Amino acid sequence: MISVKQLTKKYARNLAVDHISFEVQKGQIVGFLGPNGAGKTTTMRMLTCFMPPTSGGATVAGFDVLEQPLEVKKRIGYLPETPPLYPEMETGEYLTFVGRLKGLSGSELKKRVDYVCERCAVADVRNKLLGRLSKGYRQRVGLAQAIIHNPDVLVLDEPTAGLDPKQINETRDLIKGLAGDHTIILSTHILPEVEQTCEQVVIINKGKLVATDSVTNLQNRARGAESLLVEVGSRAGVVESATVVQRLQQIPGVSRAQLKTTHGDRNVFEVESQKGFVRGELARAVVQAGWDLNELRPAAVSLEEIFLQLTGGETAAEAAAKGVE
Amino acid sequence: MRNIWIIWRKELRSYFVSPIAYLLLTMFALIFGFFFWNALGYFVMMGMESQMRGQAIPMNLNEEVIRPLLSNASVIGLFFIPMITMRLFAEEKRSGTIELLVTSPIRDLEIIIGKWLAALTMYACMLLFTALNFAFLFKYGNPDWKPLAIGYLGLLLQAGGLLAIGTFISTLTRNQIIAGAATFGVCLLLWVLEWVSGYETAAWAQVLAYMSVITHFESFAKGVLDVKDAVFYLTVIFLGLFFTARSMESLRWRS
Repeated sequence: MISVKQLTKKYARNLAVDHISFEVQKGQIVGFLGPNGAGKTTTMRMLTCFMPPTSGGATVAGFDVLEQPLEVKKRIGYLPETPPLYPEMETGEYLTFVGRLKGLSGSELKKRVDYVCERCAVADVRNKLLGRLSKGYRQRVGLAQAIIHNPDVLVLDEPTAGLDPKQINETRDLIKGLAGDHTIILSTHILPEVEQTCEQVVIINKGKLVATDSVTNLQNRARGAESLLVEVGSRAGVVESATVVQRLQQIPGVSRAQLKTTHGDRNVFEVESQKGFVRGELARAVVQAGWDLNELRPAAVSLEEIFLQLTGGETAAEAAAKGVE
Repeated sequence: MRNIWIIWRKELRSYFVSPIAYLLLTMFALIFGFFFWNALGYFVMMGMESQMRGQAIPMNLNEEVIRPLLSNASVIGLFFIPMITMRLFAEEKRSGTIELLVTSPIRDLEIIIGKWLAALTMYACMLLFTALNFAFLFKYGNPDWKPLAIGYLGLLLQAGGLLAIGTFISTLTRNQIIAGAATFGVCLLLWVLEWVSGYETAAWAQVLAYMSVITHFESFAKGVLDVKDAVFYLTVIFLGLFFTARSMESLRWRS
C-alpha cells in the first residue's frame, strides 16, 4: 500500500531524513518510532505531499507523491501533530468543510459526517465551537477529519500526545478499530503504544532507518538473554527465600536469580539465564527440593529496551530529557 | 472552480463570525460618512453662495462631490486593506491548519484565488456602505451614474491589486501583526511614490510615479475608463497572486 524508497529530506544544513526505505502492506498498523527530532514528522509530511522529498521517492496506493500528488492526497487522511482545527467553526460545520475539500458532496457528505461523528464519539459536541473543546475532543475531531473521505491510508502524527491515560486508551482502541478498513501509519515516541496497537514497527533515529520488523520479531530479537519469572510456594509452611535463590543459582546456565515480589506465602523469583532452555532444569530443581512450582513464564522484554539498544544506547535519562522538550 | 468556491465561502464566513468584519464595516462607514457629509456641506454652501451673488456658478454633483469622494475612498481603502489580508495565510500557518489545506486534493492556486476573492468580497461589502451615501444624491439630485460605476470599478481594481500584495505578504510570516504592518507600509509607499513627480521630471521619477497606485486611479475617479490604468491594476493583481503562489511553493520546500 505504501512503498518508500531511499526517501531523503535535506534542510538548509542538516539531513532530516536519510535514505529511508520500507514497505507497508494493506490493512496493517505500522508504528513509526523514534525519539523526538528523529525525522518522523518530516517523513510523514513527505508521504502526505505536504513537502516534496529532496531525493528518493514514495508511492501511496500506487501513486507517486511527486508525480501525482492530487491522486495521493485523495487517498490519504492525515492528522498532523496539532489537529488542524479552525477555532471559530463548529464541529459539524468543520467536518462538512473538510469533507467538501476532500471532494465529497450532497447526501454522501452528510452521511460521512454523521458516520465519523459517531465513530469518533464527537456527536455530542457537534454544535460546539472547536475553540472551546477539550484536548481529548480536539484530538478526536482531528481523527474524524482524517477519515471523513474514507481514505485507503491514514497517517497519524503522535495521535495520543498530550492526552490523559483514559483518553489515550480510548484513542488507541479507536485507531485499532479503524485498522481493518484503512492502512495506518502512526508515529509516536511512546513505546507501549507501539506494543499495544501496532503489528509492524519502523524505528528511525537521527534520520536513519534503524530497524523495521514485526513487533513480535523485534521482541524476540532483543531477548538475547532470557528472563524467567518463577513462582515458588509450599504447603509445608513458608519457604526461606534465600534458600530458594541459592538452589536456583546452582542450576547450570543460570546467571542470576533474585526475589522479585512476595504475595503472602508465595514468592516470585526472577531468573536470568543464557539463551537456551533451562526451564526444564529449573522446574525439576524446584520440585525435587519439595516445593511447589506454581508458575513459570518468560518475562516479556519491553520495546523500550530494544529501542534503547537500537538507537545507540541512549540512556533512559537522556530519553526522558528529550521527552520533556 | 468548486474548490475556489469552498475556500471563498470558508474565508468569508470567518470574517463575519469574528468581530473583524463588523469593525471594518463600521469604521469604514463612519469615516466615509464623515467625508460625504463634509463634501456635501461644502457643495450646499457653494450653491447658496451662487444664489446670493445672483450669478450661476456651474455646479455638478459628479465633479464636486462624487469625484473627490471616490478619491478619498481609494485612500481610506489603503488603510483598511492590511486589516483584511493580514490573517489570510499568517493565521493558517500559525495554527497549523495550512497543513490541512495543503494535504487536501486541491491546488495551491485554488486556495490562493479563493482567499483573495474572499478578501475582495469583504472590501466590496465595505464599498456597499459608500453606495448608501451616494443613494441620497440620486434621491435629491440628478448625478450621472456612469462615471460613478466606473469609479467603483476602479476602486475594486485598485483594491484587488493591493489585496493581492497583502495576500503575498501574509504568506511570508506566521505573525498577523507583522503581515499587517508590512502590508500597510507597502500600501503607504505605493501611495506616496507619486509625490516625486511634483519636483522631478527625470525618467526615474516618472517610473516611480507610474508605480504609484493613486496615479492610476485619477482617470477612474473622473469616470473615464482608461485601458492603460486598468491594465496596470490587472498587472499588479497578477503579479501579487503569482508571487503568492511562488511563496507557497517555497514554503513547502523549506518548512
